[in-house]
Amino acid sequence: MRRNQVAVVGAAETTELGVIPNMSQIQLHADAALNAIADAGLKLSDIDGIATAVETPQQIAHYLGITPTWVDGTSVGGCSFMLHVRHAAAAIEAGLCKTVLITHAESGKSMIGKLPRSTPADSLNGQFEAPFGVYGPPSMFPIPVLRYMKTYGITHEQIAMVAVAQREWAAKNPRAMMKDPITVADVLNSRMIAYPFRLLQCCLVTDGGGALILTSADRAKDFPKKPVYILGTGESVETPMVSQMETFNSSRAFKVAGPTAFKEAGITHKDVDHLMIYDAFAHLPLFGLGDLGFMPHEETGKFIADGNTRPGGKLPLNTNGGGLSYMHSGMYGMYALQESVRQMRGIAPAQVKDAKISVCHGVGGMFAASGTIIFTNEK
Amino acid sequence: MAEPARARPKPTPETQHFWDGTQAGELRLQRCDACANVYFPPRPFCPSCASRKVSVFKASGKGKLYSYVINHRPAAPGFTPPYAIAVVELDEGPRMMSNIIDCPQTPEALELDMKLEVAFEKLDDKITLPLFRPAKG
Repeated sequence: MRRNQVAVVGAAETTELGVIPNMSQIQLHADAALNAIADAGLKLSDIDGIATAVETPQQIAHYLGITPTWVDGTSVGGCSFMLHVRHAAAAIEAGLCKTVLITHAESGKSMIGKLPRSTPADSLNGQFEAPFGVYGPPSMFPIPVLRYMKTYGITHEQIAMVAVAQREWAAKNPRAMMKDPITVADVLNSRMIAYPFRLLQCCLVTDGGGALILTSADRAKDFPKKPVYILGTGESVETPMVSQMETFNSSRAFKVAGPTAFKEAGITHKDVDHLMIYDAFAHLPLFGLGDLGFMPHEETGKFIADGNTRPGGKLPLNTNGGGLSYMHSGMYGMYALQESVRQMRGIAPAQVKDAKISVCHGVGGMFAASGTIIFTNEK
Repeated sequence: MAEPARARPKPTPETQHFWDGTQAGELRLQRCDACANVYFPPRPFCPSCASRKVSVFKASGKGKLYSYVINHRPAAPGFTPPYAIAVVELDEGPRMMSNIIDCPQTPEALELDMKLEVAFEKLDDKITLPLFRPAKG
């Protein structure tokens, strides 16, 4: 894909985040979509492309009253929205549509109008994982952690620092769910969920949503908000079964998506001013830093423990507070994208001064999928 | 009221040989006749070279502990927390999820790379699960 041919011209989250007991899941989609459309200064009838995950595009298009000429229902978990951005950029460049709306929302906490997730007993997961007591992401996503720690000499204290540093970012963000400062000791003394991970190393469970509007860079300059250009993109999938990952020392999907985006963007790691790495659990930023090539995996724990990713550090990471402290409705990728867009617009609550390039890296399932989007505010 | 039971696998045509094997006290894997790749989970072709000529064979049942969590909450139906959910690396190469029995479910007792051997646990007349225990000797 060519650089900077497509831009984000509308971006918004749901009016409320957190616990939203007065809205169903599709209304959360609509709330985010209407906010993004207003942000872009558009009408619903201007939208001719739609992408969403979990909920179907037909559900959201009909609910909003949109008749699209381009549709993407890619649903690979929490990074689906990174893949939507990539696919939408390609579709806009190919002339399949002009103005794309990407929506995410989940009634993750209140569970109103939320579709059931189930694992059929005759699926591969149902036969070869479910019988051994996996029960929700906390019992599955951390399974690689002990191997990763042993291989690279990462300590429990270093991984705990992920949560500590992100809470420092969250403290600057009025919309973050959890803002009180925490220490490494607080993390390591919080309630055990699935050893080695404790409560403060697991994401929040909230309600909310977000939406993005993309159009060609040529049109983007005529919109009310500062355009945020798509500089590079990448995507991949590995396996729906965490037990069948090629290795627990790395994510193959990360290693494809991340470097593909960097190559497409034509940038090096030194060019990155701002970084989002989807943190459903505290180990993901370590995997991301290593697999995206910022540093060898051996150095990721020390890098974070030394404070390089906290406010004032040289690589600001998860500046909204992340899934650990900002919010996590189930598919967090949209919120990481929203924060990258805010940073590139220069309006983030914890704004990184003069940031020009933001890397936004997502995961789907338990390392099942990955998508990376690199944004810039300079064309 | 009966206790909630653990999730029960339902075999498909492609996986039936595996579940027949556990019932017969054998851990069965597949090997590609063309490229010798040993793989899991079951499928009637080689995921490495795409050959449809593959053979089922009885694995050694030996392996080592690759990684695990000790799940405290929420517990799956049929499990009493804390319990370890483990990934075992078989001597033949493939890895599989399982549980570790005859061993305290603690970080001290569950050492990465410890040697394990398969143990079969009968769920009912049709399904026997492959679990693992610390290898003797």
